Amino acid sequence: MMDALHRISRDPLGLLGLILVVLIIASALLAGLIAPYDPIKLNIIDRLQGPSVDHLLGTDQLGRDLFSRVLYGGQVALKVAFISIAAALGIGVFLGMLAGFGPKWLDNIIMLFFDTIRSFPTVMFALATVALVGPSLGTVIAVIIVTSIPTYGRVVRTQTLTIKSNEFVMAERAMGVSTTRILRVHILPNVIGPLIILASMDIPTVIALEAGLSFLGMGVKPPTPSWGSILNDGYTLIRNTPWPIIAGSIPLVLITLGFTFLGESLRDLIDPKLRKNV
Amino acid sequence: MGLYFLKRVALSILIVMLAVTLLFCMIHMVPGDPARILLGPRATPELIASLSAQMGLDQSLPIQIVKFFGNILRGDLGMDVITNRPVAATVFGQLPYTLWLIFTAIIFAMLIGIPLGCYSALHRNTLIDRITGVISVACITAPSFVVALYSLLIFAVTLHWFPAVGAGDKGDFWDQVSHLVLPAFAIGLSWVGYLSRLVRASMLEVMSENHIRTARAYGLSENTVVYRYALKLAVLPTVTVIGVGMGFLLSAALFTEIVFARPGIGKLIFDSITTRNYPVVMGSVLVSTILFVVSTTLSDLINAWLDPRIRASL
Repeated sequence: MMDALHRISRDPLGLLGLILVVLIIASALLAGLIAPYDPIKLNIIDRLQGPSVDHLLGTDQLGRDLFSRVLYGGQVALKVAFISIAAALGIGVFLGMLAGFGPKWLDNIIMLFFDTIRSFPTVMFALATVALVGPSLGTVIAVIIVTSIPTYGRVVRTQTLTIKSNEFVMAERAMGVSTTRILRVHILPNVIGPLIILASMDIPTVIALEAGLSFLGMGVKPPTPSWGSILNDGYTLIRNTPWPIIAGSIPLVLITLGFTFLGESLRDLIDPKLRKNV
Repeated sequence: MGLYFLKRVALSILIVMLAVTLLFCMIHMVPGDPARILLGPRATPELIASLSAQMGLDQSLPIQIVKFFGNILRGDLGMDVITNRPVAATVFGQLPYTLWLIFTAIIFAMLIGIPLGCYSALHRNTLIDRITGVISVACITAPSFVVALYSLLIFAVTLHWFPAVGAGDKGDFWDQVSHLVLPAFAIGLSWVGYLSRLVRASMLEVMSENHIRTARAYGLSENTVVYRYALKLAVLPTVTVIGVGMGFLLSAALFTEIVFARPGIGKLIFDSITTRNYPVVMGSVLVSTILFVVSTTLSDLINAWLDPRIRASL
């Protein structure tokens, strides 16, 4: 772990990524301590102000402090990202192993299920779901889980198939070792590395999707702050003030860049084979 | 090749059928029936019953699914509950706007991304290559709706260089073009980064191959080697990547159409959700899904045609 940190710190972009990620996660977790104002407290007199010492990023149409809203918005983004990616990883690993290790017909069914899910353009699938069950953070998380499972599942399946045909697995079987033990002891540790990299590179996509859906009013309900809903306020106020757009987009862009740089650096570190541009 | 073609197309048809069934089941798994949701909370039971009958909801589920498939095959996507026009007419009326937008965005991305990637590959590990690399990654990760918001803010609202909303007058070609610039830029920017990375990687691969070495050994000039022999091969992967990327393009188009209030299939889906016009939502999602499946299938087929190894994998 310390070694990994040390090696990331020698790659300038990886280090920048790590700093950005730590900074934004910390600011979201500590929002309650750092935020100068209550993110949903109205203050109509001070509405639509530009940045000042009192309001670092200005105020929105209801006089709410944008800096505080951005900090609390980070909590929503990170909550969605971590819950949905963790769940999708869990289910993806399970289904992928099942497909790779199970009988051929089960493999075919699972792969067909993956292909069907992936045949929908993600945002349109999300909107169709929201249209039916109504907008909420839970719906957003559910949609992201369902649409991310195939990506992880496919990677796990391919890895499982490769390892399954190795001689040591056959030897284990000859000794009467159970399938669950083979999966747990031999296959799982081998698939987890590439998966972690894949997941860390997926976090920006998921955060952007949550922000996008909240921007369309299909995610969090007002007055809960989310980077997407701040951007939506900015869109309606675009002819009056640029500040909500700037406030909502800064953390979104920084965290996407942070996770991407960190992910690329991790990828080079853990698995040099995956490096595309050697 | 013939066998692969048949198998691949059959698989795609199966996937589309499953996707349609899934969409259909989603509508029916939702608590409360579609007719009730459609009419809102204050609908009388008689009204709900009559709309249910009109939509065929009073029949059993398997019969409904079979009928649904039959209708789709005849190009009937149901009735738009608000305008009372066929859903297919509404969707196909909006589709060309989205297709033009995506097409322009991709052309823009290719015009910038391919030369950039080519230059990076030929000047590998120089300062410019590294800077292009970082900028490309930054472009790839920028969410399209944020790019759309900023281009709207900067070039339309502040500088007034381009119009902010709509798709322009139907008869006026230049008006339509000026309305396309910002949305196409918003969708294309991440593809500029993506294509430049892709072309760089494939260019490096091609340049190290034997036939390039042979061409050099014949004493051909570096320009001839790069532009007549290497570039042609290095650009091939972009064609297939764009096919697979259709889903991302459609999603990006949805956000961009909403930000720029441009007609198109994404805007149609969004507007239909706010007016609870479910048949139109489902029809649009269905058409975009078919479009996506067709484009991935095409890119797989092109890939298989170019590379015989892929044919064996299905």
